[in-house]
Amino acid sequence: MPPLFPEAASTIATRVDNLYGFLIGLTVFFSLLIAGLIVYYAVRYRRRSPSSIGATIHGGMLLEITWTVIPFMITMVIFVWGASVYFAMARPPDETLNIYVVGKQWMWKFQHLDGQREINELHVPVGRDVKLIATSEDVIHDLFVPAFRVKADVVPGRYVSLWFRATKPGRYHLFCAEYCGTKHSGMIGEVVVMDPAEYQTWLSGGPTEGSLASAGQKLFADLACNTCHRPDAQGRGPVLQGLFGKTVTLQSGEMVVVDEAYVRESILMPAAKITAGYQPVMPTFQGLVTEEQLLQLVEYVKSLQTQPEVETARPPASAPAAGEATPTGR
Amino acid sequence: MASTVLTPPHHYLNDGYGVKSWLLTRDHKRIALLYLASVTLFFFIGGAFAVLMRLELATPVGDLVTDDTYNKLFTMHGVMMVFFFLIPAIPAVLGNFLVPIMIGAKDLAFPKLNLASWYIYVVGGLFTLYALVAGGVDTGWTFYAPFSTVSSTTQVIPTAVGIFITGFSSILTGLNFIVTIHRMRAPGMTWFRMPLFLWSTYATSLINVLGTPVIAITVLLVGAERLFHFGFFDPRVGGDPVLFQHLFWFYSHPAVYIMVLPAMGVISELVAAGCRKPVFGYPFVAFASLAIAVLGFLVWGHHMFVAGESVYSALIFSILSFLVAIPSAVKVFNWTATMYRGSVSWQTPMLYAYGFIGLFTIGGLTGLFVAALGVDVHVTDTYFVVAHFHYIMVGGTIMGYLGGLHYWWPKISGRLYNESLAKLSAGVIFIGFNLTFFPQFVLGYLGMPRRYHAYPPEFQVLNVLSSAGASILGVGYLLPMVYLMWSLRYGRLASSNPWGAVGLEWTTTSPPPTENFAETPTVTWEAYDYQSSPAEGQVA
Amino acid sequence: MPDGHGAIAHHPALAHQFDDLGQQKEAATLGMWAFLITEILFFGGMFLLYSVYRSMYPAAFAAASHEMIVWAGTLNTCVLITSSLTMALAVHAAQTDNRRLLVLFLVATMALGTVFLGVKAFEYYTEFSEHHLPGPGFHFGEEAYAKQAQIFFSLYFMMTGLHALHMIIGLGVMTVMLWMSLRGRITPEYYTPIEVSGLYWHFVDIVWIFLFPLLYLIGRHLHG
Repeated sequence: MPPLFPEAASTIATRVDNLYGFLIGLTVFFSLLIAGLIVYYAVRYRRRSPSSIGATIHGGMLLEITWTVIPFMITMVIFVWGASVYFAMARPPDETLNIYVVGKQWMWKFQHLDGQREINELHVPVGRDVKLIATSEDVIHDLFVPAFRVKADVVPGRYVSLWFRATKPGRYHLFCAEYCGTKHSGMIGEVVVMDPAEYQTWLSGGPTEGSLASAGQKLFADLACNTCHRPDAQGRGPVLQGLFGKTVTLQSGEMVVVDEAYVRESILMPAAKITAGYQPVMPTFQGLVTEEQLLQLVEYVKSLQTQPEVETARPPASAPAAGEATPTGR
Repeated sequence: MASTVLTPPHHYLNDGYGVKSWLLTRDHKRIALLYLASVTLFFFIGGAFAVLMRLELATPVGDLVTDDTYNKLFTMHGVMMVFFFLIPAIPAVLGNFLVPIMIGAKDLAFPKLNLASWYIYVVGGLFTLYALVAGGVDTGWTFYAPFSTVSSTTQVIPTAVGIFITGFSSILTGLNFIVTIHRMRAPGMTWFRMPLFLWSTYATSLINVLGTPVIAITVLLVGAERLFHFGFFDPRVGGDPVLFQHLFWFYSHPAVYIMVLPAMGVISELVAAGCRKPVFGYPFVAFASLAIAVLGFLVWGHHMFVAGESVYSALIFSILSFLVAIPSAVKVFNWTATMYRGSVSWQTPMLYAYGFIGLFTIGGLTGLFVAALGVDVHVTDTYFVVAHFHYIMVGGTIMGYLGGLHYWWPKISGRLYNESLAKLSAGVIFIGFNLTFFPQFVLGYLGMPRRYHAYPPEFQVLNVLSSAGASILGVGYLLPMVYLMWSLRYGRLASSNPWGAVGLEWTTTSPPPTENFAETPTVTWEAYDYQSSPAEGQVA
Repeated sequence: MPDGHGAIAHHPALAHQFDDLGQQKEAATLGMWAFLITEILFFGGMFLLYSVYRSMYPAAFAAASHEMIVWAGTLNTCVLITSSLTMALAVHAAQTDNRRLLVLFLVATMALGTVFLGVKAFEYYTEFSEHHLPGPGFHFGEEAYAKQAQIFFSLYFMMTGLHALHMIIGLGVMTVMLWMSLRGRITPEYYTPIEVSGLYWHFVDIVWIFLFPLLYLIGRHLHG
């Protein structure tokens, strides 16, 4: 007989299962109650003669209030419980092992920071907080790992993230869970959770082309980004050293955190959020860079955050850092 | 039993023969039958697609149809069932027939508009049928951007046009009902003397009128994106695909209440007649309908918990989704309480009502699962959701529709159907339904995603159970077609009140005359006043 | 078909399902208000899109709006407001049994509506020539805002296009009203069609009152 639950292989899975179990109990209870009452009344008060009528009972306010308030209280308990589990899912820890994901019709491409690439298979270490930062090249997909109880739509044009901490080594299904065309049901794969030692072995084996950040550095030069974004503040664009993770003020007065999404948007639609004090002269690279190249550039800019901020002659664009929390995608 | 039942000499069915008298009729009762024919057609087309899907899903690999074909099957199944069956069925068939009679009027406020609504529905249906034969559409009935606007190569535009046009049928029908209920109640028929079916119909009409225009503009935008490359939902020019989802679900969530509220209205009538007593807590049931309609507009974001909306939006939509469950629960309790000390009938319509209450309870409670954020992240986009909404749409709405169809069949046709066959069919449907959809809850939690043509082999057992159930369910749906049609010719003649029920529709002949009442009644009694009325009927 | 009224004579315009003209008028008016509310929801979807994208791309929207032909929009606004005046006067003429004025004001309303459409056609033609129609041929002067400007123009054409479609339908309705008036079917006892058509016309006017500033006037602060 097939199991009723998938394996619980992440720290959040048990919490989800507990709430689910409670809800099942609630459903069974009320279903049996209502079904039981219906059957009982149907038998007990079965119409015995063709002309008999029922007792005229219009109702009672107390009863109505009771069976309004009690369900209300029960639903509020469920709401709070569900929200609490959801908060844990929605707020990744500060320190995570980040892996980039690009979904496209009909495959998943995984990019490890050090350059390892995987297609439809994702190796992760057990017991470590892993954050997946994902985007799509074409239509909306959805990254779903039932054993971890995590899921997120992967939307073109933005980064989304989900995080998990795997608790058991093994191989687990990975599905695309947002209909995306012909081979939607073929856009599946596996998450391979390994012991830390094995994971290290796996990481160092196999061909790599260098880390994402180093590939990004090369691209930065190839695309001539460095002509405007110079470390000495003489360029026409903001200095990128030490910028990632900071909060900057835009021309409109709005403040934004320089995170992966902001960097990506600035490359593809530079005029959308201009830093205060700068002109909208940056050309767009839409159509000139792939999603993977964007990841490399993002990682490169990220890698610059450890370098010290340079004294600028221009009116400063950035305010003091608003906290060092690892910036998330949307 | 000695019966001197005769067919009334003049009634709406023999008031004019010939195609023109039907296709150009202004009589709400004939228009209801026109709708009955068309929604039944779409139901069986949509149902045929479901059968093919379940056949394919009996094996883990895609071996019956290609993946593209499968994608078209589930899309067209959804489009046909949602837009051409579930949304119109009860309002346009039962509502059209009953609303004027139940309030003591001769017809709806705008009979010509009513006929136009049917034609609009048919034209919309023709566009969709064209899309079907021209190759089908594969976007899912939810046609999310950017797949539907940029990637799909199928008949998206004809389908979008079909849905756009048919939407006006819903809007105009809803408008007609609202004006009729406000302005054409018979003398003495106050709001709180109306049958609860009218309260549900009124609430449904409010949603129809307010919500449907939004899907109209949404499909128009999808069509414009495809045709003119506008870019509203295209990230390459700065558009936001998630905005499509907001627009889409702003209608499509209230749409599910358009589908279930009328069924709830039917159930109120069936329970009252089946127990020969007033519905317990009448004002609460009436207000619950309105509450569902209002709250139903505030929860659309619960379809987007993993789509990229903020944590705060998710919280608000989650809490509101729990709130919208409460009025439905109140109705279930009130219906159950009505049975207490009732004179409980075991006739077919009542069996459908009891089945509805049980299945709707399960379906509604599983709604709590998906409203709970932490669980929804896991079960959304899986078969759990598919099971949840089929419990409500099929276990709820369709059973309400069939129950109502059986209950008012004598009034509509002047004939009684074969009770044993009807009971048997109801049983077959109940069993088939549960076997089809209960395993899907388990499948969903195990992680099987929706809209999958092939799946990992460990999901097969549950899929086979579901497919077996579907074949039983299919048989169950065919049976009423047979015996109801048979009864038109060979069924026993029905008296004006075969159930011994209370309601204005039972004071007129079966079938009713074209003008419904020889004289406009003056209402001096409360709804479901069994104490003052004789209860002898033809059937126990 | 028999209508159960027996031998009682009734107004020729009274439909059989109503008891009297008063009930019929109330029903028709309520029906039109309900329909107009659906129209609010219909246009509302596009206003929502506009609000969201404008808040996302304010500079681009201002730049794109700067390209609109403001004198044409302003003229059209005046034309439509005047047409609502003539429409209201037409209703009044119907109420006061002045057939000549009724016909005159209906014609005036239709003429103004036609002027509106003519000016709109001129605008569209100009915008096509400047390659502001979204799609492959789209071109916008300021490179930096080109993408988002396309969204602005998509909204512009969609919203004004649907509005113009409603105007055309309105002209059709007015044609029918004109015909009914010339045939003497409108009297002080029964002028419901005029009143209800007037409601529709005013609504189409009000939609434009919202469209005009949102589409034409948000870029006025820019130079050049």
